[in-house]
Amino acid sequence: MTAAATTIADLAVLVRSKNAGAFWLTIDVMFDNPEHYRRVRDSEVINRAAVARMFHREPADIIVVNHDAALAIKISFPRPQSSGSKFDSDVYGGQQYAPLLSLAIPD
Amino acid sequence: MASFPLVSATGMLGSGYRADSLDKAIELGARMIGCDAGSTDPGPGPLATGTCMFSKAAVKRDTAIMLSRAVAAKIPLVIGSAGTSGSDAGLAFMRDIVREIAREEGLHFRMAAVHSELAKETVREHLREGRSRALPPSPPLAEADIDAALHIVAMMGVEPIQEAIGAGAQIVVAGRSSDTSLFAALPLLEGFAPAVVWHMAKILECGAAAVAHRLAPDSMMAVVREDAFDVFPLREDYRCTPQSVASHTLYENADPFDLKEPSGTLDTREARYEAISERAVRVSGSRFTPDPEYTVKLEGVRQGGYSTILMGGVRDPFILQGLDDWLKQLDDAIRVRITATVGNRPYEIVTRVYGRDGVMGALEPEPKVAGHEVFILWDVISQSQELSHAIASSVSHLAVHNPIPKWHGLISGVAFPYSPPELDRGPVYEFHLNHVLVPHSPVSLFRTEFEEV
Repeated sequence: MTAAATTIADLAVLVRSKNAGAFWLTIDVMFDNPEHYRRVRDSEVINRAAVARMFHREPADIIVVNHDAALAIKISFPRPQSSGSKFDSDVYGGQQYAPLLSLAIPD
Repeated sequence: MASFPLVSATGMLGSGYRADSLDKAIELGARMIGCDAGSTDPGPGPLATGTCMFSKAAVKRDTAIMLSRAVAAKIPLVIGSAGTSGSDAGLAFMRDIVREIAREEGLHFRMAAVHSELAKETVREHLREGRSRALPPSPPLAEADIDAALHIVAMMGVEPIQEAIGAGAQIVVAGRSSDTSLFAALPLLEGFAPAVVWHMAKILECGAAAVAHRLAPDSMMAVVREDAFDVFPLREDYRCTPQSVASHTLYENADPFDLKEPSGTLDTREARYEAISERAVRVSGSRFTPDPEYTVKLEGVRQGGYSTILMGGVRDPFILQGLDDWLKQLDDAIRVRITATVGNRPYEIVTRVYGRDGVMGALEPEPKVAGHEVFILWDVISQSQELSHAIASSVSHLAVHNPIPKWHGLISGVAFPYSPPELDRGPVYEFHLNHVLVPHSPVSLFRTEFEEV
């Protein structure tokens, strides 16, 4: 048995989701160690196709931005329904990042 | 003018900050105090109902400190997005608080109240003149959207605030304003470069949110210079780092590099963030490109019916094993029963299963039950409270006795924590406008009232 793979949760100092206005959701994956940031960025594990698959979205709707000065990777996409509308279950959009945490990062 | 120092009292009026922090900013020569009081974060409720997300006492405490310091130092105070939504009700709430503080503390000043709530006719005229644009992911604005709106506010840029200050107002209470415009208005008026000013405003709008480790909300100060700005917190135990300041451009934006303002777009790709002390950061190098069209964002809410909710838990492992089938069978039984009792009147039932996909809904990658119990929230929505309640009372009865193949005989399969289980929640609201208008001028949609307090 091999050691458990390194995940986003092991390397990031903050992973959070939030509304970007009432119609968009945005997820920030933030690091304080430049090596950890570059390792995740360069692995390209966080990409439009993978994010679309994970959240059942269309790749064309996904924005992924690497922010070198902030040591952060940002993911944004339209919400399935607007904040606080009748089918929404997370008014602040604050609890939508969890599936990213277990993404494995290659060594 | 070589520099323009200014302070953001806190990220959200009513969330708190230390009076000492504001006093220190004044000592350091702050030439204005700004504070954002609004957000769409709490959902459509504040705009729909005209209520502030914080209590009057919380807003009054934070306002009183700003007001007394601004009057004593003879500098302007700009409060944006009054009363959370910036609607006329929010503006009235905020003006009353300002007047009450002034009366109690014997303060006198000229106050401007900038209205941002729009009459439906105004929005209709702009639509008919081809002056509306949809923002992704929404379809173009339609007359029906305007008809259905309970309230519509327009998000002002710097110009209405600049006009109010130009007309001699010391205290500006603004309706819905972009978080940045209230901090950008004065430095732009003084002639500082738009790229520097807008980037500064983006960092300052959330108060001390851009520090490395924020323990509680507090004030943040910036000094705008010719080709850069410096930013630092006022609490001695807080510090800004190049990374903490750079990170703040990510906050609540879909794209951290292209930040849209009414008059143009701030591009932060080439921005440089350098530490100039243990606690202060200097930012330079952003670019601002004016847009060919000046646009003002709309926010609007409509009512989507009345809700009655039911809350219940399930612990039986055999119901949990076949939960999806059990819920499908319940849906079918509800449909038959409701048709028999209330006929074809439209209704919807939103079922959230906590322990399966209650938090993420359509976004959940693993919509399955892994634990030994689930919590189910049924939300019945129809065009009247009475109908929603009537349907919910059938749902609760059908849910409790909804059978499973394992057990032979009548079961009680849902644990309701309350009696009666139905809770009438009142109207359901939703944001339904995601559009901008192209106004006749940057100030044409906004109306300002002045008063001597």
